[in-house]
Amino acid sequence: MTPEADTTPEAGTTSGSAAYGTFAGYTTGEPLADTKAPKGPVNERWDTRRFEAGLVNPANRRKHTVIVVGTGLAGGSAGATLAEQGYHVVQFCYQDSPRRAHSIAAQGGINAAKNYRNDGDSVHRLFYDTVKGGDFRARESNVHRLAQISVEIIDQCVAQGVPFAREYGGLLDTRSFGGVQVSRTFYARGQTGQQLLLGAYQALSRQIAAGNIELHARTEMLDLIVVDGRARGIVARDLVTGRIDTYYADAVVLATGGYGNVFYLSTNAMNSNATAVWRAHRRGAYFANPCFTQIHPTCIPRTGEHQSKLTLMSESLRNDGRIWVPKAKGDDRPANEIPEDERDYYLERVYPSFGNLVPRDIASRAAKNVCDEGRGVGPGGQGVYLDFADAVRRMGRKAVEARYGNLFDMYRRITDEDPYTVPMRIYPAVHYTMGGLWVDYDLQTTVPGLFAIGEANFSDHGANRLGASALMQGLADGYFVLPSTINDYLARNPHRSGDDEVNDEHPAVQEVLADTEDRLRLLLAVDGDRTPDSFHRELGELMWEFCGMARTETGLRKALERIPQIREEFWRRIKVPGTGEEFNQSLEKANRIVDYLELAELMCLDALHREESCGGHFREESQTPDGEAARRDEEFSYAAAWEFTGTGDAPVLHKEDLVFEYVHPTQRSYA
Amino acid sequence: MTRTMWDSSVGKKTVMAVSGLIMLGYLVVHMLGNLKIFFGPDDFNHYAHWLRTLGEPLLHHEWALWIVRVVLVAAVVAHAVCAYQLSRRDIRARPTKYVHRKPRASYATRTMRWGGIILGLFVVWHVLDLTTGTVHPGGFQSGHPYQNVIDTFSTWYGNVVYIVAMLALGLHVQHGFWSAAQTLGVGSRTRDRALKTIANVLAVVLTAGFVAVPVGVMTGVVS
Amino acid sequence: MKLTLRVWRQKNAGADGAMSTYEVDGISADMSFLEMLDTLNEELILTGDDPVAFDHDCREGICGACSLVINGDAHGPERTTACQLHMRSFEDGDTIDVEPWRASAFPVVKDLVVDRTALDRIIQAGGYVTVPTGAAPEAHATPVPKPDADFAFEHAECIGCGACVAACPNGSASLFTSAKVNHLNVLPQGAPERETRVLDMVGQMDAEGFGGCTLAGECATACPKGIPLTSITGMNKEWLRATRKASRR
Repeated sequence: MTPEADTTPEAGTTSGSAAYGTFAGYTTGEPLADTKAPKGPVNERWDTRRFEAGLVNPANRRKHTVIVVGTGLAGGSAGATLAEQGYHVVQFCYQDSPRRAHSIAAQGGINAAKNYRNDGDSVHRLFYDTVKGGDFRARESNVHRLAQISVEIIDQCVAQGVPFAREYGGLLDTRSFGGVQVSRTFYARGQTGQQLLLGAYQALSRQIAAGNIELHARTEMLDLIVVDGRARGIVARDLVTGRIDTYYADAVVLATGGYGNVFYLSTNAMNSNATAVWRAHRRGAYFANPCFTQIHPTCIPRTGEHQSKLTLMSESLRNDGRIWVPKAKGDDRPANEIPEDERDYYLERVYPSFGNLVPRDIASRAAKNVCDEGRGVGPGGQGVYLDFADAVRRMGRKAVEARYGNLFDMYRRITDEDPYTVPMRIYPAVHYTMGGLWVDYDLQTTVPGLFAIGEANFSDHGANRLGASALMQGLADGYFVLPSTINDYLARNPHRSGDDEVNDEHPAVQEVLADTEDRLRLLLAVDGDRTPDSFHRELGELMWEFCGMARTETGLRKALERIPQIREEFWRRIKVPGTGEEFNQSLEKANRIVDYLELAELMCLDALHREESCGGHFREESQTPDGEAARRDEEFSYAAAWEFTGTGDAPVLHKEDLVFEYVHPTQRSYA
Repeated sequence: MTRTMWDSSVGKKTVMAVSGLIMLGYLVVHMLGNLKIFFGPDDFNHYAHWLRTLGEPLLHHEWALWIVRVVLVAAVVAHAVCAYQLSRRDIRARPTKYVHRKPRASYATRTMRWGGIILGLFVVWHVLDLTTGTVHPGGFQSGHPYQNVIDTFSTWYGNVVYIVAMLALGLHVQHGFWSAAQTLGVGSRTRDRALKTIANVLAVVLTAGFVAVPVGVMTGVVS
Repeated sequence: MKLTLRVWRQKNAGADGAMSTYEVDGISADMSFLEMLDTLNEELILTGDDPVAFDHDCREGICGACSLVINGDAHGPERTTACQLHMRSFEDGDTIDVEPWRASAFPVVKDLVVDRTALDRIIQAGGYVTVPTGAAPEAHATPVPKPDADFAFEHAECIGCGACVAACPNGSASLFTSAKVNHLNVLPQGAPERETRVLDMVGQMDAEGFGGCTLAGECATACPKGIPLTSITGMNKEWLRATRKASRR
């Protein structure tokens, strides 16, 4: 790694397009503040907010329509809960069934401050760990609320019949996860996400059957309808017939997940996309901290050009596996023929006290570094060994099998190699995005009436998410937070669907509809010579190279120069077969790439402007003398919320200052 | 409850399971009775006569036999009607066949429908042959079942029809018994082996027991 | 390797379909089956043909979107989902037939894509526990014996892909339905709705036009999650129990 300190701009340089040459740069606007979180002790704020929030008379709730986009943990739980409260919910998912949302793939578990182990856990400790784990870039009020609610989530899910792991006494089992010192992670084998999602899906199904939810499956949101400054509906395309329709509501909730697929290869589902959030951003919702992406260290490496997605292997493997690469560059002997003294157990060497259990971002970067040095293993040198030979010797094959059997099977199925006898190969992959639509304490975006929940918002994980916290946040937002806060908005904005002026004839609606139709028509009309995937792959490789695990000013500038060029080429050379009036997966894909091509630019810009290293964002220019990430709190202790001004135009940066009253910023050290 | 039973596919399967088990029970007794033929005409004819006096004096002459016949006819009809209705449902549920066909379920499982039809036709022939004598080869003598049986199995087609039907019966019982256990909810992972063994034993014993008679006639052991 | 693919092509639900033959070359053994189809589609797009439509999403065997019958087997020759099936399971020069799930309750949407909303409606009929958000008692208030919890989990693993229906000669959804019935009915949380759940779900299963179960066992062989055939036995038992109880009321 080569620190390029000499090219780092002056600290605090924030202004003007002139500063960034070939691309538009950005301007700095008014600071932003969360006005919804009450003052007072942090542990009372949620109660206070709920008490102060307006309520909607139960008899009037059915007159209110709420649109929920997405049916994952956040969307599924929110839709079910809002419908139970009596609202008329109109819900969307692009999948054929709400049960397929990508929350289903989460393996590890869900954190909750139950303290069932009597091991010193508490709401305050979970709050503390989350703020610290997020490298002090999250809002204390939100994180504390998350920790408080964590406890109720477990109760709710158990009551729904979620089959969590249990002990022989019939009580719930927990484990310690991601290097945390308390055992607060509840799990259902390696399929916790699946089981929690099915719980939410079942609750949703009950409401669909009761007629309280109108579900539109295989229907994708393509734009947001904003009328008189308020979110009033969406434009969506029926993926089977191609029909584009408008749907109106009193409030719109986006639960559309993260944007990791900007990188082409990630652990996200193939169709997970950023269109809903990006379109909302274009209609006025600020996008916060887009550069905060989490790269997971233990994924199965790619095998070639054909690779379409990456598969995560649970982090728990690092508890017993030892990570190494050959000491010599280009050593292509089979792993078992490399003698012990020619192996470099680099994590154990560099971080003797934490060894193989260093946090995700450190493990990921270290793997990248050894591969960049030419010591990577496997196809293309993009991998490191995760060796269980010692574990098998120490515990016996049986014990290893009991602990990791299903993961080993999964690995063998994908790679055709036996991890009991040959070391696994792993490599980092994009996994989760901490950035997202900026929301206040009520989870409302800067567009009144537009809410964002789950991974789609930026809030609670700061610059880095702890393991087993994504499920917790999705469900906290959906089951408990949003259903309480949305009442306040609806109570204060008592317009009802159907009795006012918003319909397809409204000029604002006409404009959005025309926009959507034009975009699709144009995609079909170009008839060029490159497939959607070829552009997606090109963009992904660029982002991985320059906005991936380690970022430099030079690299980001290169990416920012290149992205508009790819965009230009896209609109000249894209080829989308078929028509818009049919089931057309190429059209769906191409349309998503349109948005990736804009979002990618904002991610790089955000990464460029944040000249510090923090959490998942590592700027090579900002390191401690011993090569660790150096946060710069004086300059960057804020959430960066970006306002859209036009494709390729300089966005406006609004800073929300982060104040830490309870957990005081400290620099991480794992040496 | 009758309504729920009849309206549901699981209910109809229950009807099939129960009626099937009734017929199966009858067949075991029938097969054991048939074997008396190896003890000679007197024993066999006496047994046939005894069937008609069963239950006397509480029951009137032949009443027990008629009760059995009524129950059996009811079972056959219920079994057949359910099978017909369920089969229609099954065929409707899979109107398009796969281009690439790959049979995998056991032969017994795949032949349940045809086997059932063969057995149904066989029963008709069997009754017309040995109960009413309508299609009996040679002179049917009421009250002389021993001779009647020998007459039937002295024709080549009598043997063929009978043996084919009994092989079909074995296959039908093999899948049917185990299947009935699952339908009635008594199967479980621990019991599965036992149930399959019982099904196989029943199938083999029934087939062997029934086929023994024509074989006995053919080989001259019974004459 | 080089392969010949025979793929079911059908423009939309109303159109007639037929098998079309394609040659694909340069297939690596490390590719997943879906990546092989991606390769075919990239070529089709460039030659101006309509790419083959197929459902897929997570590509790690858990979302249940995959729905391909490969050489007559739901999800292909390995016991897994099509996205986790790799081309090393095939030989150079093979001819591979790819067809959609076949069942009247699963109408074809396009090519290899079918409509599986019937499965959602079975869940909507009773595959849940009625517990409004916030109404839950403390999680440890009701201990669940570990064997029951494990039994519930084993059935809750169902990914709703519909391979059981596709593999069943009768197009029956019994394994799917029974997995959910068993999952919830064994738990104390599911007990209050135990009877209505099984009666309503079986009723819905029938109403959707799925076939009946003849215990052929092909569903359990095809199930990528290994839901056992005894799951159906369990559902039958629950159904009989519920029917008896209902008649007593």
